[in-house]
Amino acid sequence: MTVQPAMPKCWRPESKPHKFCPGCGHGLVLKALGEAIDELGIQDRVVFGCDIGCSLLSWDFFNVDSIQTHHGRTTPVMTGVKRANPDLICIAYMGDGGGYAIGSQHLVNAATRNEKITVLLALNTVYAMTGGQMAPTTMPNQKAETAPYGRDVEETGYPTQGPEMVAAIAREGAYVARGTTANLKQLKSYIKKALKNQMEGKGFSFVEALAACPTNWRTNAEKTWNFLQKDMPKYFKVGEKKVPGAEEKEGQ
Amino acid sequence: MAKVTKIMLAGEGGQGVQSVAQILAEAADNEGREALYIPNFGVEQRGGVSIAFLQISDERIGAPKFDIGDIVVALSSRAVYRVKQYVGENTVFVYDASIDVPEEDLPKNAAKVLAIPALETAKNELHPRVFNVIILGAVVAATKVVTDKAAKDAIEKKLGYKFEQNPKLRELNYQAIDKGMQLV
Amino acid sequence: MSEKLITEEKRVFMTGNEVVAWAAVAAGAEIMYGYPITPQNEIMHYWTRLAPKYNRKFLQTEDELSAGFTTVGGVMAGRKAFTATAGPGNTLMQEPMSMAEAMRLPTVAIIQQRGGPSTATVIYSQQEVTMTTFGGNGEGLRIVYSTANHQELFDYTIKAFNVAWKYRFPTFVLGDGYQAKMRESLTVYDPEQRGIELVKPEPYVGKPGTPGVDREPGHYRNTYNVEEELYEVLQDYFKDYAKMAKEVAEYQAFDTEDADVIVLSHGVVSRGAKEAVEQLRKEGKKVGYFRPITLRPLPEDQLKELANKAKKLLIVESAQGQFAKLIKDVIYGSSAEVVPFFKPGVGITTEEIAAKANEIL
Repeated sequence: MTVQPAMPKCWRPESKPHKFCPGCGHGLVLKALGEAIDELGIQDRVVFGCDIGCSLLSWDFFNVDSIQTHHGRTTPVMTGVKRANPDLICIAYMGDGGGYAIGSQHLVNAATRNEKITVLLALNTVYAMTGGQMAPTTMPNQKAETAPYGRDVEETGYPTQGPEMVAAIAREGAYVARGTTANLKQLKSYIKKALKNQMEGKGFSFVEALAACPTNWRTNAEKTWNFLQKDMPKYFKVGEKKVPGAEEKEGQ
Repeated sequence: MAKVTKIMLAGEGGQGVQSVAQILAEAADNEGREALYIPNFGVEQRGGVSIAFLQISDERIGAPKFDIGDIVVALSSRAVYRVKQYVGENTVFVYDASIDVPEEDLPKNAAKVLAIPALETAKNELHPRVFNVIILGAVVAATKVVTDKAAKDAIEKKLGYKFEQNPKLRELNYQAIDKGMQLV
Repeated sequence: MSEKLITEEKRVFMTGNEVVAWAAVAAGAEIMYGYPITPQNEIMHYWTRLAPKYNRKFLQTEDELSAGFTTVGGVMAGRKAFTATAGPGNTLMQEPMSMAEAMRLPTVAIIQQRGGPSTATVIYSQQEVTMTTFGGNGEGLRIVYSTANHQELFDYTIKAFNVAWKYRFPTFVLGDGYQAKMRESLTVYDPEQRGIELVKPEPYVGKPGTPGVDREPGHYRNTYNVEEELYEVLQDYFKDYAKMAKEVAEYQAFDTEDADVIVLSHGVVSRGAKEAVEQLRKEGKKVGYFRPITLRPLPEDQLKELANKAKKLLIVESAQGQFAKLIKDVIYGSSAEVVPFFKPGVGITTEEIAAKANEIL
């Protein structure tokens, strides 16, 4: 018998091993989320919404109430739940296609309205479940199924800077950060801050997590790690983008 | 089947035809009768010919719109052209005397065609603002669909809060109804 | 601040949109999610005026996708949630409503039909029948009430919440721009005072206890991995739908027994149809009247019976045969001849219906 690393308490053992590909970043993001939920002791109050794309595979991932929605629509579903029952802690989990393309209007407006929900977005630069098409976040010159010669920024623009966009439109009270699965401890601390922000009723919270997709990147372990740890952060800068109270401090 | 009185009012946006229809509808409702009032509305918030379909009866009313009105009122030249199709052999057609429409363009199949100097009367004797209330009086007199008392009560209900501040307004509105009734 | 909007039965005179807002309050609706589109806007206007007085909520969303999906969220949180839309908004609404269908969510949506296709007119039509009954990538597992007057708008809006929560199918009140904007009288009442029990909502998520410890977690999905799994789920849904249909289907009919021609209509058009049939009967003409109140599910047995008894069915609607298509599907193989009278996007008067019925007698 091999010794398994301890699972977060709120993970659902019956649905493990999980349905993600080997090397996929989703499991790591959900590990950070699971530990955050455990440490905050909110398993009984969390409602977890997952999008379409690989994120939908998490519909039975946790021992928390979960709703699998449509592509891009997890933000409004969680908004609807939260508005109807503010005691619940609502987490909308999605990929970059759901958040920045098909559901971008929901993300923008939820941030603008300062909805008291937490959006957690896994960024892996591709539409993974549908087979590796170009995503809003595909890196310049990166190859994808619908950009076989590499993303041409003249034709298709530059990758979406999600947290920077959200930080620019969200007002005081919002929490915005970009973490990475290459630094789980930091990612967990961001997720915890985001959830606390919601629990304290301060405002919208948004955490993007850089995540790997070796299946669609067609990379081995080493190249996967290099892309995640070296290439992606060049463009997607890790760190907190907006913290409640910071604006007041800046003004002093 | 109970007799339904079918009334159509048409004018330029801002002339107040919808208010007239609504006041008449509410006057009938207050008397315990059945009324159905539907405005014709388009994509524009303002402008264009504004049409009101109004039906009053002792029993519940059928389709909200109708082919031929018992009384069709047009308050602008554009409105005359727009509502001609609703005029039939039993229709009383009323238009404002100041409208510049060639004689031959007025509906010829109406039972009666009435030109009333509502605009002129409002301007010279009362106040341009109560132009539509004069029309209201004219419709009441022509159709007897509600009593002038009921019409005045309905105005009171709608504008009472304004009358409280300025009792002269009440006087002006009541005069306008009476004037309109005399014009028919 | 009184606890109830309607403390005793009373006659009122108002627009249809105001009626819907009053009915939703009376039905115990707790939250409305909406996005502006003519001709349903005033439902939101009246709701937002009433809501704070009766401890209800409102959210204006960024579009109808969001209005529908937030309604889904509200329902899953265990609240009586609803939305209202029209035309192109109804088109967008089909996506969230297909999720509601897939997950058996008791959403309530008021549809005030306007002209189509596309932006068309903001005025009126019956052109959202196909979309409201069978929209989305689904099987039409919905309940659709087509109302004809303000009293029905009030009665069936209240009923919609009850039926939705009882049977767990997305439920629609299908009105139109005429009903939305016109004013007529009706009697409003508190449903409980009339002995109408209001079905209590239940949460899907956020029930007491810790999931995995005190209870099983609620895991709700609309995705299946294999064909057979989806097929099995749908078979159960169809069974539930068929059972519900017998209890929910409603219609109005008169003078059909000996009629050669039966005028078939729905919604606001049936007002003119009723009057036309009454007039023709007075003239001794063998004309009958039939009007389904539910377009989904249809009163199938009654329709089949009519279609084998009358010589002709005159189907009248303000669309190019959307209602007729539903009827023809039910009565396929029956003996009556179907005569269409379609005026897409345009109102139909009593006189027109009477003339057409006379012509085919």
